Amino acid sequence: MNFSKSFRNTFLVILLSLIVSACATKKTTTKVEGQMQGDVYTGTDTVKYLADGVPDRVFFATNESILTTKSRDTLRKQANWLRENSSINVVVEGHADERGTREYNLALGERRANAAKDYLITYGISADRISVISYGKERPVDSGSNPLSWSKNRRSVTVKAN
Amino acid sequence: MIRIINLFFIIFFLLSSKAYSLIEIDITRGNLDPLPIAVSPLFQDDNSKRNSINELKIENVGSEISLVVENNLKISGLFNPLSKDAFLQKPDIAHLKPRFEDWALIKAQALITGKVTIENKKLKVEFRLWDILAGREMMALAFTTVPSNWRRVGHIISDKVYERLTGEKGYFDTRIIYVSEEGPKTARVKKLAIMDQDGFNTKYLTLGNELVLTPRFNPTSQMVTYLSYFKNLPRVYLLDIETGTQEVVGDFPGMTFAPRFSPDGKKIIMSFAKDGNSDIYTMDLENRIVERITNHPSIDTSPSYSPDNRFITFNSDRSGYQQIYVMKSDGSNVKRISFGKGLYGTPVWSPRGDLIAFTKLHKGKFYIGVMRTDGSGERLLTENYYQEAPSWSPNGRVLIFYRETKSNDKGEGFSAKLWSIDLTGYNERQVQTETDASDPSWSSLLSN
Repeated sequence: MNFSKSFRNTFLVILLSLIVSACATKKTTTKVEGQMQGDVYTGTDTVKYLADGVPDRVFFATNESILTTKSRDTLRKQANWLRENSSINVVVEGHADERGTREYNLALGERRANAAKDYLITYGISADRISVISYGKERPVDSGSNPLSWSKNRRSVTVKAN
Repeated sequence: MIRIINLFFIIFFLLSSKAYSLIEIDITRGNLDPLPIAVSPLFQDDNSKRNSINELKIENVGSEISLVVENNLKISGLFNPLSKDAFLQKPDIAHLKPRFEDWALIKAQALITGKVTIENKKLKVEFRLWDILAGREMMALAFTTVPSNWRRVGHIISDKVYERLTGEKGYFDTRIIYVSEEGPKTARVKKLAIMDQDGFNTKYLTLGNELVLTPRFNPTSQMVTYLSYFKNLPRVYLLDIETGTQEVVGDFPGMTFAPRFSPDGKKIIMSFAKDGNSDIYTMDLENRIVERITNHPSIDTSPSYSPDNRFITFNSDRSGYQQIYVMKSDGSNVKRISFGKGLYGTPVWSPRGDLIAFTKLHKGKFYIGVMRTDGSGERLLTENYYQEAPSWSPNGRVLIFYRETKSNDKGEGFSAKLWSIDLTGYNERQVQTETDASDPSWSSLLSN
């Protein structure tokens, strides 16, 4: 019941926004919506690549360290690439957004980095090839103070260690 | 018999001080009516002025000291220092015997007078505190130190005056250690910095080559524990402020962070994160024995001891979200104490033992608040876009914390500053720092 209600509300919002955007000339807000699902970043503009077609980072919801379907897909690509390049070790950096206390965010970053590391291990990468480091909220990639910027900062990034 | 006589004297003293002391300040309530006080410049004769210029490159160190006192009393929010332009009596004459009518005329209720001399590389200071309405001296003190200590002299006078008029220890002869911040948000350079409580005498203790966070004093304020990313390994370090010696605390196979000293200074309590789980540990600084205090798959961090060493408060997300807990210092009897709406973090036990200060996040706003140690009586002192990490003044009357401003989409407009607020929720003010600043920690009273 609640679900269908919220679904209907969402539908109404979409309908309204379509009408609004049709009236006003196209606003960037619709583009912003397109870069987030829930509050997980789904865009690409801060993403770098370990190799062709292998993105270096995955994104998290607020206060979460659960890997999304898209994140798991990215990490499988990283695992495949690491299997083919067995001489390369990596560091997984865990990060949080600026909307949390510093110490808790350090722990959260560590939890996120380990979520990514564990997934790589599941796909056959040896644990001693992967180290982790948490930067908490100390190294944002986007310096804005808005939900989209924060979503880009809630991330774990796999970087080459050697 | 002697005992009875002693008792008699004590009672007499109590009665008499109660009967004649017209001025006293109640600091337990928000003080909206600060006490009018006249701080007369400390008198200095011409010979001493010449020595003052030679020693300190300051012409009249007596007036400078009185300015330090005046500023301290003003920022406490409990005093209203009167303009010196209105003073009718000269400093040297006032110090001998004030004409109370003159000071009453300008509405002063208390008066500070004093005298300084610099001779043979020694700074001698005497000062008196006068009750104008009762027409009598309340306190007289004298001390000698090296001339370069003149600002501390001002702080010590402030503490004595504060203590005499409020009945509680002051907090002016103290220092703040904090993290100095510079550069863009995405590449912030952070250094450990230390300064006097009033923002003077800033010294930088690290160069900014590696990220440093969360410095905290030990009980004697000679050592600092903090988090450093030296060689990209986030670890808890120990720094001796005088010698500059640094050492890593323990050899943990993962990140150690959120350090604090135990109130007896013998242990460091901190979080250790490994395999995605953060728990609380202590390390004995003498024998280096490490003890695990919590063992839970949630994030347990930001631990802080009660002043009697018997309890620890910390935050944990074991309930699903970040909340505040209290346990015995051996890790037993874990009890959640925060039950309000929102997330709670950074609990810090008050030096008086009765309260825990915290950061609260609710509906996109950050609050600094206090609650009793059983979680009752929650009181939010200040609301803002972002603020956290309160640290108590040594007398438990004031909290210092840091506040960040919102940046626009280009990342402009960001700043981080130190702020202080009284436990009453009044007297909120920015603490001056040379650069942007965060993670403040208040020292103990340096002189006693």
